[in-house]
Amino acid sequence: MPNPLRSESEAFRFLLGTVVYFALIAIAGVINAWAGLVVFIVLTIAVAWWWWRSRQPAPPRQAMGVRSGPPGENRILVIANETVGGAPLLDKLKELASSSEDAARVHVVSPALNSPLRHLASDEDPARAAAQERLEHSIGKLKEEGIEASGEVGDGDPLQAIEDALRTFGADQIVISTHPEGRSNWLERGLVTQARERFAVPVDHVVVDLGEQS
Amino acid sequence: MAAVDHAAHPPLANQSSRVDARTLGMFLFIASEIMLFGSFFTIILVTSSFTMHWALQAIKRGNRSGLKAGLSLTFLLGLTFLLTQVLEYSRIGFAPHTNAFGSVFFGLTGLHGAHVFVGLTLLAFATTRAFRGHYTEDEHLGVEIPGIYWHFVDVMWIVVYTTVYIL
Repeated sequence: MPNPLRSESEAFRFLLGTVVYFALIAIAGVINAWAGLVVFIVLTIAVAWWWWRSRQPAPPRQAMGVRSGPPGENRILVIANETVGGAPLLDKLKELASSSEDAARVHVVSPALNSPLRHLASDEDPARAAAQERLEHSIGKLKEEGIEASGEVGDGDPLQAIEDALRTFGADQIVISTHPEGRSNWLERGLVTQARERFAVPVDHVVVDLGEQS
Repeated sequence: MAAVDHAAHPPLANQSSRVDARTLGMFLFIASEIMLFGSFFTIILVTSSFTMHWALQAIKRGNRSGLKAGLSLTFLLGLTFLLTQVLEYSRIGFAPHTNAFGSVFFGLTGLHGAHVFVGLTLLAFATTRAFRGHYTEDEHLGVEIPGIYWHFVDVMWIVVYTTVYIL
């Protein structure tokens, strides 16, 4: 849902909406108590429907792959959650690094995954600490493999995290690492498809089965 | 004789309410006063949101006179609201400890009034800065932020008004 108080104009529109909402309920309620109840239910359903619509994914936005690095560099952006240190992901990155004559430079984004309740309470510190720990572990492994790597903790929404990272790390390629189908929340939400629609950069998908690895 | 008495004096009105008619009349009068004040408050605050919006739109177009007029009017309307609320408190006829409604009424409207006071303080700064020549078409965050807060206070008033004065 867009923040209704993001700017003065939006706050003003929000106020007008609130006035209309309560005025219609009050007028109907004065005419007849049941009419007031019906108007309240109808308007509340309409607002809930509008809120649900506004939560749908944003329309595809292309051309978010502006390069920011020097030429002769193969820049790979990796987005991964708990699977960040998985062997299939490391294998894929090694494969990509060796497939080009240009020196590979990997930037790992680890989204700060949080529970909805903690997100609502703005309690993000534990999520960010866990993401930072996963990130450091992953970068350490990449460096052991001789791949130059950097990283950052990103937004809890993986699409937003990719978009944020692309602003500072213009990538030639994006690699998304997820759990297998059925266990991956990201796949259920269609993350890979949405990323391919939204970003004008090739998107690779790697599945890491942590259960199989252990 | 009984028929004559009946003709001379109309029958006594049937009183189904346990509340004395005169007391009930006063309750209804107070209720209508509350509605009157509430509507008055709502009109003042919603109008002040329009003037606030006008002020910001004016400076976005480089109209400094519009900015100053809009902010001044918003401040004056906000001040009117607060002073009217004080006047209402002094004449309302009940206190926070009178009954549950009194507690809710003074609690909600008092808390909202405190927020209006904060908004007025922000508006006072913005208005003073506007008259000192601050703000341009591109630099007007100092108007935008009090504007957001002021609209938020108005939204809260709509909720308080509906809860306290109508429902």
